Amino acid sequence: MRLFGLSQRTLAPWLFLAPGVFIFLIYVIIPIFQSISISFYAWDGLGEKTYIGLQNYVELADDDAFYTSLKNNVIWLVLYLLAIPAGLFIALFLNQNVWGIRLYKSLFFFPFVISQVVVGLVFSWFYDPSNGLMNLLLNGLGFDSIPVLADERYVTYGIIVAGLWPQTAYCMILYLTGLNAVNPEQIEAGRLDNAKGWKMLWYVVLPQLKPATFISVVVTVIGALRSFDLVSIMTKGGPWGSSRVLGYYMYEKAFSEYGFRMGYGAAIAVVLFLIMIVYISYFLYKMYRDEKGY
Amino acid sequence: MFPAPIERRALPLQWIYKVALPIALLLWLLPLIAVFLTSIRSAGDITAGNYWGWPTSINLIANYTSIFENTPLGKYLFNSFRVAIPTVIGAVAMSCMTGFALAVYQFRSNLLIFFMFIAGNFVPFQILMVPVRDLTLQLGVYNTATGLAMFHIAFQTGFCTLFMRNFIRALPRELIEAARVEGVSEIRIFWFVVLPLMKPAIAALSVLIFTFIWNDYFWATVLTQGVDSQPITAGLYSLNGQWIAAWHLVSAGSIVAAIPPVAMFFLMQKHFIAGLTLGAVK
Amino acid sequence: MKMNIKQLFAALALVAFGGTVSASELIINTDTSDPAPKKAFEDLIEGFKAENPDIEVTWNLFDHEGYKTSIRNFLTADAPDVANWYAGNRMLPYVNAGLFEPINDLWESEGLTESLKSAQSSMTIDGQIWGVPYTYYQWGVYYRKDIFEDLGIAVPTNWDEFQQAGATLIENGVTPITIGTKYLWTAAGVFDYINLRTNGYDFHMSLALGEIPWTDDRVRATMNNWKDIVEAGFFLENHAAYTWQEALAPMVNGEAAMYVMGNFSVAPLREAGLTDDQLGFFQFPTITPGVPVAEEAPTDTVHIPANAKNKENARKFLAYIARADVQTQINATLGQLPINSGSEVADDKFLKAGFEMLSGAEGGIAQFFDRDAPAEFAAEAMQGFQEFMVKPDRLDDILERLEKARQRIYQ
Repeated sequence: MRLFGLSQRTLAPWLFLAPGVFIFLIYVIIPIFQSISISFYAWDGLGEKTYIGLQNYVELADDDAFYTSLKNNVIWLVLYLLAIPAGLFIALFLNQNVWGIRLYKSLFFFPFVISQVVVGLVFSWFYDPSNGLMNLLLNGLGFDSIPVLADERYVTYGIIVAGLWPQTAYCMILYLTGLNAVNPEQIEAGRLDNAKGWKMLWYVVLPQLKPATFISVVVTVIGALRSFDLVSIMTKGGPWGSSRVLGYYMYEKAFSEYGFRMGYGAAIAVVLFLIMIVYISYFLYKMYRDEKGY
Repeated sequence: MFPAPIERRALPLQWIYKVALPIALLLWLLPLIAVFLTSIRSAGDITAGNYWGWPTSINLIANYTSIFENTPLGKYLFNSFRVAIPTVIGAVAMSCMTGFALAVYQFRSNLLIFFMFIAGNFVPFQILMVPVRDLTLQLGVYNTATGLAMFHIAFQTGFCTLFMRNFIRALPRELIEAARVEGVSEIRIFWFVVLPLMKPAIAALSVLIFTFIWNDYFWATVLTQGVDSQPITAGLYSLNGQWIAAWHLVSAGSIVAAIPPVAMFFLMQKHFIAGLTLGAVK
Repeated sequence: MKMNIKQLFAALALVAFGGTVSASELIINTDTSDPAPKKAFEDLIEGFKAENPDIEVTWNLFDHEGYKTSIRNFLTADAPDVANWYAGNRMLPYVNAGLFEPINDLWESEGLTESLKSAQSSMTIDGQIWGVPYTYYQWGVYYRKDIFEDLGIAVPTNWDEFQQAGATLIENGVTPITIGTKYLWTAAGVFDYINLRTNGYDFHMSLALGEIPWTDDRVRATMNNWKDIVEAGFFLENHAAYTWQEALAPMVNGEAAMYVMGNFSVAPLREAGLTDDQLGFFQFPTITPGVPVAEEAPTDTVHIPANAKNKENARKFLAYIARADVQTQINATLGQLPINSGSEVADDKFLKAGFEMLSGAEGGIAQFFDRDAPAEFAAEAMQGFQEFMVKPDRLDDILERLEKARQRIYQ
């Protein structure tokens, strides 16, 4: 065996990698390039593809629905980040040692475990103008019902609130774990320096929670850009398309009843991908820096 | 500890905290509590608009039996297992190997391959949708649990590799070196030295992936349709279209759909959180 | 569509042992998810099975709205042997894409060219016949007769009377018209009727076929008529939040008095407790005097996908559903009208009224906006109708957007 040691050691990683890399290339990496290529064609998913150059993108540039979706994506991205401070707040609230606190922590985390389909259905009902809880409360206080999911002004925010519920739970658990690892000596040192409350949080605790914050940002941004499920379940992009996001609009165009506009859908997906690329590059750059320091 | 332990605070404050805890929890879980209450209501309560008062009769058994008897909910649940279990096995097995290769060996394209997995893991689903659907069709596994599981295995391998690689890197390297000095072959090092140490990572990933896949909705709608292959998420949504305004049934269905991942979470909580919070602590 | 423990085990066994396919199969996909259509198809399939015991029938029931996005998907990727759909332009994309099988021979051999003659033209594209129609139903105004009587409102026959009736209802705290536009198409029914009554059948069809700009004054005339009643508060508040089924509730509770709908709404209204003394039907009132009266009566159909695997069995099924006795029975359950000239219209006051009304529709019979117009345009237009009903002052923007869409889609 020793004789082959060297060659075995050069060969081994490739054998271990082969199945994983192969399937990942086939199902993930190559399709990215295929999609980019499809975006230059008119194609119904059945017949011949027709090369049309940039025409899909030209049409996209003049498509109001596209801009609505893009705008909503930005709103999602910004507001979804609220899950991070909210998660931190709940984590701080729960970071105690009273009786039963572990059960409390689990129950607070609960929403994250549930499917977005269920979350979407639950919130659709919560917002229902005739007998949803929210509107019963509003009526009780003497206000008129607000049809959140049928009003273009509120619909996107209403869906985001539904999304924030599980996402906040996720950030909370990340921070709880982070808080566990906060160095008690530094806290004591801060206390001696008379640092309290906010000051302590800002100058002593948060810097130590940096890894948790980083992961929270990562998962929250991905969550925001993947905002397909809730839109699909709660409104199907309505009313009159005002709650569409790029992910949903792409699906709608590519899989609609009247014809699979695969090329046009792919063009939308490419735009979404380009937005994501900025962010992936940042993440990889940071990983690369960390690796070098390793 | 931050914030300061409540025991060190004034007594009234301690009491306030102890009262605030359950109230906060109640508010936080209010939507779920409401869903549960609704799921045991009678159809009469629903038509009468009694959504938030006390149920006039408790129809726990009637409602839950009814959704299983009158709809293919059981079939959908079964399909979910047919997708989630192979995916967990496939993705974890695959990533044990890739993670091992990337963590233990130094070769030129190591970081490149690692980054490929990470980057792929972050791409928006929509950019994969059209080609993956096409590929699934060509392979003849469209509209089957197998086809859906195959994609999930591939995609989850990205995330799992990131996880496994970092986990193995944190293991003491001396173990591997010592085995090599003993002349143990690489495959045996993987199998007998590293794999036993990976048990916690495997447990953590398994619960996590199971939950992710169970809750997947997007790929379920893209790669499957109809009762024969659709998992519970897509099935529940379809049933929702049939149960218009029958919120007691929608609620009961939602609860049933949520039970397996919730049970998984409570049974394997430690592993679940360990998996999820990887990297949250340096 | 039941799943009990036994079937679960059967399914498990099937998976475990590789699932051999039995000799003769028939897979049927339908969107008949509401209670009455579901029952009708259950009976239909039971009846077919009884006559063809050697055929193993699998029935996949989709929810009505979800089906619209599923159908193209399964026709291309994993086709059933029979799928239900709609006549007219609504089936054009699938015919053009070669996804439906022409069945002229079946029509010949079963004598359907005689018995289903009335619907033959709506099933024909490029000289071929693409499916079997099994039902149609009238649209019109369903109303609470008791409320009208209490308030001394007579059944309106023209637009002025209609507006007057609405005003009286509003004064008495009753919403004149209930509607749920969450899934858009309900708004198209209202548009169709106002347009048919304002401009007539020929104009309506030309508009649906993309021959007339949406910025045309005649379209504006229709929209302004519609705007009048929208702004007067005729329609249910928050209608964009509801499905058509949810919008039944205000009518049942007496909070709303009218519903512009198809006859399929009668079954759930009765189910919810309205008696025939409370529930009435009238023809949509005249708007422009002298315009020949046209009606809306969509036809529902079944088709054989081109990629079906058991086409022989599918043909048997289509022949079965075309039969006079079968159409009599299925339509009695549906509460709709049979196509087959040998079938009997069920003894029901709404069906009789509808049948009579349609027989006298000299202006013509429209299918429905999303069946007469190409689906891609219909989707844009219906979204615009929904927006218009909530924000009527955006009329100009909406019409311009539709015009832009027309120029792109019809080319």
